[in-house]
Amino acid sequence: MTGYLAIVAARFRALLQYRAAALGGLFTQVFFGLVRIMILRAFYAASTTAPISLANVTGYVWLGQATLLLIPWREDADVAEQIRSGTVVYELTRPLDLWGLWFARAVAWRTAPVFLRMVPMFVIAMLVVPAGWGLAPPPSVAAFVLWSISFGCAVLLSAALTSLMSVALMWTITGDGLPMLVATCATMFGGLVIPLPLFPGWAQPVLYALPFAGMLDLPSRVFTGDISVAHAPWVIAHQLGWTLALALLGRWLTSRGVRRLVVQGG
Amino acid sequence: MSDAFALYWRYVAISIRAQLAYRATFAMKTIGHLLVTAIEFFGIWALFARFGTLGGWTLREVALIYGTTDIAFALADATGRGFDKFGTILKAGDFDRMLLRPRSPILQLLGFELQLMRIGRLSQGVVVLVWASVAIAWTPATLALLVFSIAGTSCLFFGLVVLQATSAFWTIETLEVWNAFTYGGNYAAQYPMAIYRRWFRGFFTVIVPLALTSYYPARAILGRDPLGPIHVLGPAAGVAFLALSFGAFRLGIRRHASTGT
Repeated sequence: MTGYLAIVAARFRALLQYRAAALGGLFTQVFFGLVRIMILRAFYAASTTAPISLANVTGYVWLGQATLLLIPWREDADVAEQIRSGTVVYELTRPLDLWGLWFARAVAWRTAPVFLRMVPMFVIAMLVVPAGWGLAPPPSVAAFVLWSISFGCAVLLSAALTSLMSVALMWTITGDGLPMLVATCATMFGGLVIPLPLFPGWAQPVLYALPFAGMLDLPSRVFTGDISVAHAPWVIAHQLGWTLALALLGRWLTSRGVRRLVVQGG
Repeated sequence: MSDAFALYWRYVAISIRAQLAYRATFAMKTIGHLLVTAIEFFGIWALFARFGTLGGWTLREVALIYGTTDIAFALADATGRGFDKFGTILKAGDFDRMLLRPRSPILQLLGFELQLMRIGRLSQGVVVLVWASVAIAWTPATLALLVFSIAGTSCLFFGLVVLQATSAFWTIETLEVWNAFTYGGNYAAQYPMAIYRRWFRGFFTVIVPLALTSYYPARAILGRDPLGPIHVLGPAAGVAFLALSFGAFRLGIRRHASTGT
């Protein structure tokens, strides 16, 4: 266990170096957040029957911008290079499980940039933005606690998807294909293009059965109170269930991949 | 001058051949790019399915603005790769090599790469625009205005990428801040400017004149406004913006002092 924790800590420190990039990213995210809220406000102006309130959808946008980097955009570049060049065999000599190693890297990769961006984004969305345009605090302490747990689960879920992308490279070698597909699905079905509750009614059961809802959408709605405290345990069960399923799939594929791995050279 | 064009086409031909060397990768990237941009419009469709109207605008009207902006952005994105990657080129010292050659560095950056995979966004924009066009009573004047609007908006986006490159003379790294204006500008200009706040509209009219290049011409094409000088001359603001951007870039070159590798 300490081995995996050491990997998380080391990657975390490396990723926290890029402060200027984080600042530029923050500005861009605030800008996009404002545009998205202006667009949604214009749509809401014509309607009183939306399935999610304007205040909650505004909070949803800010939380989405704050935790945007949870979305598994692409596979771990270092792991991809190791698989391509064959140096992945060095990893096999370590007394660690290969999939566990990739998962630990992914956890750090997903959390460090998100934390860097989330803290200032919360300050801006809660204090700087004019009233009615910002992120309201959670309706209760219980909602906040449940959101924290749900956010942690979202990190694990995202890391499980990321390591699955890495595993897939053992078959496709230069695969841009699968990561691109996962990223597209995660953007669309994760609530980043438009909030999931605003999709047509018939699409809702499908959207909430997929794992992508567990990364941005469900935790955000627990935070704003759109999902009640009583219902929040189901959200966490959804996230953990998918994380477990993806982890089992990833481990199984890894063991199969290692078995058919052929290393060149002596 | 014709010599410069010949050279540019040689650059383009080489770039296309290089990209087509890996056909499967190229096809996958293009389709992926098409999917990514298609879901954007799907999102707009879903919002209209839910709410019916956007401040009095219909989906077809928004589709005209969306299509115009998207085609313009795809064109600028495909041709402006050299300026987009300028931070990397500068940091690696490759720009010094360009300066040594007896050709304009701007021409060399233009010919850096023609990104074929942007066909994905382009074709998606064309489909949306055609769908929007069916409901419009076209005249030669409005058709010409549409072409001018796409050209002007494209110049504007190109100008933004050139400014982004220019900033690298001072900061070495091109900063992610510029994404707010390029990608963010594209995102904002896909919707009618009327739905935004005053300060925001003002910014995109006076400083980055996207409203002039795409929104006002669209109003005239859709018959919301009678054709006036602001609609006809609006897209020229994009051309002026590009000219100013190149001017700034030349100033940057004069200031340039290599990274010394």
